[in-house]
This record gives sequence, structure tokens and C-alpha cells, in this order.
Amino acid sequence: MSAAGATGADPVLRVENLTVGFGASGAAVVEGVSFTVAAGECLALVGESGSGKSVTARSILGLAGARSWQRADAVELSERDLRSLSEREWRSVRGRNVGLILQDALASLDPLRPVGREIADALRLHTRLSPAARAARVHELLRSVGMPEPELRVKQRSGELSGGLRQRALIASAIALDPGLLIADEPTTALDTTVQARILDLLAEQKESGTAVLLISHDLAVVSRVADRVAVLREGRIIETGPTDRVLRNPEEPYTRRLIGAVPTGRPRGERLSVPVGSAPGGSAQRARPAAPVPARATTPRDAVALSVRNVTVRFRGPNGSTRLAVDSASVDLHTGTTLGLVGESGSGKTTLARLALGLIAPDAGEVRVGGEPWNPLAEKHRRPVRARVGAVYQDSLASFDPRLSVEAILTDAATGGARRGSPARSGAADRVRELLDSVGLPAGVLPARPLNLSGGQRQRVAIARALAPRPDILICDEPVSALDVSVQAQVLDLLDELQERHGLSYLFISHDLGVVAHMADRIAVMSEGRIVEMADTDRILAAPQHPFTRRLLDASPRL
Amino acid sequence: MTTDRAPVGVPFRFARWLLVRSAGALFVLWAVATLTFFAIRLIPGDPAEAILGGPGSQASDEALAAVRAEYGLDQPLAVQYLAALGRLATGDLGTSYSLRTSVSTLLAEQLPGTMLLAALSLSVAWMLALALATWSTRGGRVPAAVGAGLEVVAAALPHFWIAIVLILVFSTGLGWFPPISTAGPAGLVLPVVTLALPLAGFLGSIMRESLLDALEAPFALSARARGESELGVRLVHALRHAALPAIGLSGWAFGFLISGAVVVETIFARPGLGRTLLTAVTARDIPLVIGVVLVVAAAYIVLTVLTDAASRLADPRLRAA
Repeated sequence: MSAAGATGADPVLRVENLTVGFGASGAAVVEGVSFTVAAGECLALVGESGSGKSVTARSILGLAGARSWQRADAVELSERDLRSLSEREWRSVRGRNVGLILQDALASLDPLRPVGREIADALRLHTRLSPAARAARVHELLRSVGMPEPELRVKQRSGELSGGLRQRALIASAIALDPGLLIADEPTTALDTTVQARILDLLAEQKESGTAVLLISHDLAVVSRVADRVAVLREGRIIETGPTDRVLRNPEEPYTRRLIGAVPTGRPRGERLSVPVGSAPGGSAQRARPAAPVPARATTPRDAVALSVRNVTVRFRGPNGSTRLAVDSASVDLHTGTTLGLVGESGSGKTTLARLALGLIAPDAGEVRVGGEPWNPLAEKHRRPVRARVGAVYQDSLASFDPRLSVEAILTDAATGGARRGSPARSGAADRVRELLDSVGLPAGVLPARPLNLSGGQRQRVAIARALAPRPDILICDEPVSALDVSVQAQVLDLLDELQERHGLSYLFISHDLGVVAHMADRIAVMSEGRIVEMADTDRILAAPQHPFTRRLLDASPRL
Repeated sequence: MTTDRAPVGVPFRFARWLLVRSAGALFVLWAVATLTFFAIRLIPGDPAEAILGGPGSQASDEALAAVRAEYGLDQPLAVQYLAALGRLATGDLGTSYSLRTSVSTLLAEQLPGTMLLAALSLSVAWMLALALATWSTRGGRVPAAVGAGLEVVAAALPHFWIAIVLILVFSTGLGWFPPISTAGPAGLVLPVVTLALPLAGFLGSIMRESLLDALEAPFALSARARGESELGVRLVHALRHAALPAIGLSGWAFGFLISGAVVVETIFARPGLGRTLLTAVTARDIPLVIGVVLVVAAAYIVLTVLTDAASRLADPRLRAA
């Protein structure tokens, strides 16, 4: 693969044949990577987790870690060779010539220190400015990244700022000395869509002002908004590189095509996202919806309501006696055999609504009914016999498993309602467990494995199998794919679609990602500050959003 | 988010916090006094005999009866308990059976020595723990292994064993320090080291763990990418994070030191609350035992409040909550 070079302009960063590995005899995790970034240009390194993106970025700063080794034919920053720098020389380069922006400023800025101090640190380390001059420059920087009320914000810690504001503070600390190269490693991954859009604009501004930007992301849609060129990484190698438009519209490599095909945004409901194993790569596998409804769907009329939430309100009490409305007289109906998408920003009350639907918390007002029967509020004693009707799939499936249990134990427990070992209820469980594994497309070989040793996608499949074990009618899916790589996400979304058709399941599908929700849902409910601000069929929401918040969400949603 | 009710004012919150704290402290003191009062009755023997100089004194029956009447020991246990509680409520700790002096005076004499011992031991333990944690996390497999090993061994050593080894090596052998705790700084060294070593082991392993976490944290990477040196990352960021859990445990550590002081003061023949408590229990000196236990409990309460305040000072996130 030839170096991904910009034509004409002298590169700010030139990397040639970079190989990085860990441990004395460890295999390389980055192999022969070459690229350049010119001033005023943004190069995006795209790849799935484990592809070596972050390691590449950190090696450019000499921060790949104490146990790492690297070799390269060239690592040059403005024609200065970085390969033979002493620790002291490195320190003068970091912060002054290269700035680094990491994911989620909650952890990437010291949570014990005010953000103003963190930003001023870069100035303290590299300039001889007086404290007063530093403070003035910090204010100036905060204003330049669009921070409202900088005088107030400098004294706040990252935990006291919203996700968007603290990410701005982190960017301010990285650009404090106006470095020629800015490395942004997943800078918007933990952010809400609307906030993400603003942070990307900010990066674009930096690029316009002549900074070279190296953007690291797993998200092709994010990349398409700012990057001029894209380099696709797979297993430590750059497999394809070129102008963003060309790579996204006209990918040459099958892997790139598969990555792009896995993005759910703008794809009609029911279309397959993942390529089935063994089929021709890149073939757009349009799956025809069955003409005749599946048996489960035929037995219940399609407009029957599986789950009905009526005017529920939930109040949370704060530590100082204040109360906060987490859910404010919200009403939604989930029709049998369909998917209701619930979309909103973090803190809008989506998860609280999910917990209500699961009967985990009681509403302060209003009620939830399942299949027309009372469900919440209801004494747990009366709810337990029918609990099996409602299942749940969570975002962090690893945390939802007992780490000591094998997959077999997890599924046997779920299939037998937690019956004790040796009880007759467990005798027929083995067949049921096989059946469940089959239905989520896992081989029987994973049965003895523990959740920790499974990949993210396998783990989420086990979580889905566990949810299906008591044969529920309704699945509450709370951000079920948010922690997954795009190609794995595609497989899980396809699986959920398939299971819905086969078993006539009803899904309450919660996500902050409008693209995912629009692909999965028949109807969408938009939630903001505890209220359902808009609810309509997916096509109508996408074509003619009524509420300003929905419009904002749509505008901010990145698409290819 | 919608806020239905405005948060209450800061002065009111502080007053409520103080009220809750004081009520809790009073409850603890009452519970401690009650438990001690009944527990000491479980020791076999007659308190009246103890008052007259112990079992060996061969006091006459008349003398014993007179003493019982004088101290109310002939009354039912419940009446004695209520009377003792009534005296305590008025701040009267009573008179020591064995030493015939006011318990308050005795405590006032013994308290400073023990507090000095505990405070010095806590400081030394902190310094040792910090030094060990910083050294063992500077990189490399050897310091990490040595650090972890030292911590476990130190934490597991019993006080009496350390004391005896220290005396054998540094008093009998080298003659650097006196074997009994004389007045003056030299006499304090061995008792302080004895108390500090196991505590340093505990605190050190906690600090090392959180220091390693902090050095690996994303904010440490951000700081390095800003051009901060390894030393700077530690001083400006990581050490503060590492200290937080150890600060929270220092209140508990004080209790550990007081119980250690009973052994250490006895071995080094050093006057203090620990030794007073031991002799009082052997002599069934009920007022003195209750007095010592109450003072230790009160000190423990004060220290818990101080640790709370220190935690809030070191971790601004607690102040906001």
C-alpha cells in the first residue's frame, strides 16, 4: 500500500512503514502503516476495535506504553524526525506541536481539578506566561471553542460540566499552544447526536484555520462530516485509502464495502445490514419480508396493544430535598409484533421508561399495562407469575452476567426460572439451551465459556438468548448495540429483526442513535426532558418531523 | 430537568448535618458506656473486693458490706446502671476504685501521651506508605513485586512481635534506643515504629492500587500528551487520587492504633490510655474502664468527622454531593 499522500502541500505529519508491537516477543498490532497529513487537512483513520487505530495515534506521540516497541522508516513532524527523541525532547513536542483529544472528557480531564487549571497546564509547561496571563489566555481559549460563560466554567470540574461542554474544555486544553497537528481519538463517541455535531464543527474550524487533523474513529458517518481523506485500518494494516467521498461512495475493498453496508442510518426497515457468511461480499442482500404473516403474528390482530404506558410520571429525589421529574406524564403504545423506537438524548428519561416497562420501579402516577392486564404499579407477588412475558436486553451485557457462570449455566438458569440444580425443572433444559443458542446463531462450543472470554457480539447474542429463554412476548432493548462495532452491530440488529419475524415479538427499542432506531422501528417516540414530544410512524417522523427537537435530532444525525 | 422545589440553603444544610452528627455521636457514646458497663460485670470476682485492694487483701465481711453500701453495689443491677448513666450524663466520670482519684484527672494525665503516640504513628505510617507506593509503581517488575511483598508482610505482623524484635535489635543489640519508653524523643521511636509498620502495610497496598489506576487513567494520558513529565503526572494528578481511599480509612486506622497502644504501652512500659485500660480491667475498676472507653470512643468520633472533612477537602466531588 503506497503512502496516503496529499498532493502538493508539504505534510505536517509523515509516517512511513510504522510497525508497533507490545512485549519483547509480542506480535505487531500495527504493521507497515504509512500516511501523511497536510496543514489544513483532516485524515481519518477508520477501523473497528482492535484494528490498531489508537495505538497508531499514541505512537506518534511516543505514548504507546512502556511495554511497546516500534520501528518505522519515517515519523516526521514538520520534517523533524520523531524516532530518536529523548524523553525531554518528547515533552517539548507534546502539547506544543501535537495536541491530543481523547474520548469522553469526564475521564480525560482530571476529575479532581477545575478545567481551567487543566487547560492552563499546557501553558504552564511550555510558556513563561505569568499566572494572570495564563488565566487570560484560558478565557480566550474557552471562548474560541464556544464555551458559554468562560469565567464561570474555569472553576468547574469535568464532572460538573455537561458532556458537550467538557469535551470543549478538553479541546481547548489540546489547542492551547496552537499545535500544528491535532490528534482526535474518538472525540465524539460518548456524546449525544446534537452535541456530536457541534464538536465536529469545532474540529472542522480547527482544520479551516490551518491545523492538520488526524481523526480516529470507528464511525464512518462521523468521519464523512469532517475528513478530507480516509484510511481504513484492518488488523493493523491500512487496506484502503483515498478521498472521503470516493472511499464512501465507491469503496474498492470488500471489507470497506462491508463496513459501509453495516451502517443502519438511512436504510429502510427490514433490509439486511450484515453480509451472511459465505455469500458474495458486497452483495446488497435485500431480504424480502414474508408475504404471509408468520403464525405468531396471525393469532393476534396486528393492532392489539402488547404494552401500554399511560400518563406515567416518575420523580427522583435529590440529596438536598429537591425533586426531579425523570418521566413526565408519558404515554406510548407498543403494538403486538411491531417495534416501537424510543429515541432521545442522555438524561431524557428513556432508561427510566424502560425500567417502568420492566416493572423494576413503580410510577408516581399513571400505569403500565401488558396485554391489557395491570402490570405496574402492581405488587411483585402478582407480577411474578407473568414476569416471563417481558424480557430485557441491556447495553452492557458483560455487567449483566454473573462473571463466574458459564454460558450454559446462564441460559439454563434463564430457561428454568432459576430452578435449583438437580430439580426436575432442569432436566429438559439442555435441549432448550441448544435451541436458544441455535436461534441466536451461536455454536454449542460457547456453552462452557464465561462471558468475559466472549467477544462483544457473542456476548450480546447470549444476552438475547437469555432474554428469549422464558418465551417472552415483549423485549425491552435498552441501547442493545451501542457498545458494539458497526459490523457486529449490523449482525445483532439483523438477528433482532429475524427473531421478531420468527416469534412475533414486540420490541421497545431504545437508542440515542436515530439512525439505528429508524432502521429498526415501525413507530418512533421522541423523548426530551421526560416528555414524549412526538410519536408517529417512522416514515412520517423522517419525512415530516413536527417537533423542533425531532428536527434538531434529524439534522444532527450524521449520515454517509 | 424540572425542579419542583428549590434546594435548601447552605446554612440550614450545615445545621442539619451538625444535628444529625451530634445525635449519632451521643448514641454511640451511650451504647459504648452501656456495653462496657455490662461487659465488665462478666469478669468473675467481686468489685467490692477490688475496691479494697483486690482478692489478696482479705477484707472482712463488714468492710466489704460497708463498701458495697457506699458504692451502691448492693442495689439491683438496673438501679446501678441508671445511677451510673445519670452521673455520666452530668459529666461526672466518678472515682477510680483502685487509684482513689477522680477518673477525669487520671484521663487528663494519660490522654496526651497516647494521642501523641497515635498521631505520630499515623503520620509515620502515611509517609512509609506513600514512599513505598511511589517507589513500587515507578515501573519495572522488581519494584512492583518487592512493594507488594513488603506490604503484605508488614500488614500481617502482630504488634507484640515487632516490639520484641525491635527491642532485641535496637536496644539490647545496638543500644540505639531505650527498651522502655522514657520521656523524650528517643523513647518514642520504637513504640511509634511498632505501631506504624502494620498500618503502613495496609495503607500502602491501598495507595499502590489506586496510584496504578490513576497512572493508567485517561486524564493521565491527556496530561502526558500535554507535555507533562512522569513526575508531574504523579504530583499534579495521580497522588491526589491515590490518597483518597487512604484518607477515608484513616479514621479506622486510628481505632487500630488505639487497640495497638494497649499492647505497645504495656511492652514499652509507657504511661498512657492503653496501659491504664489494661490495669483497670484487671482490677475490675468499673469507673476507670468506662472512662477510658468513653474517651477513646469520643476521640474516634472526632477523628471520623475530621477524616470526613479531609476527604471533602481532597475530593471536591464530595462537596458538591
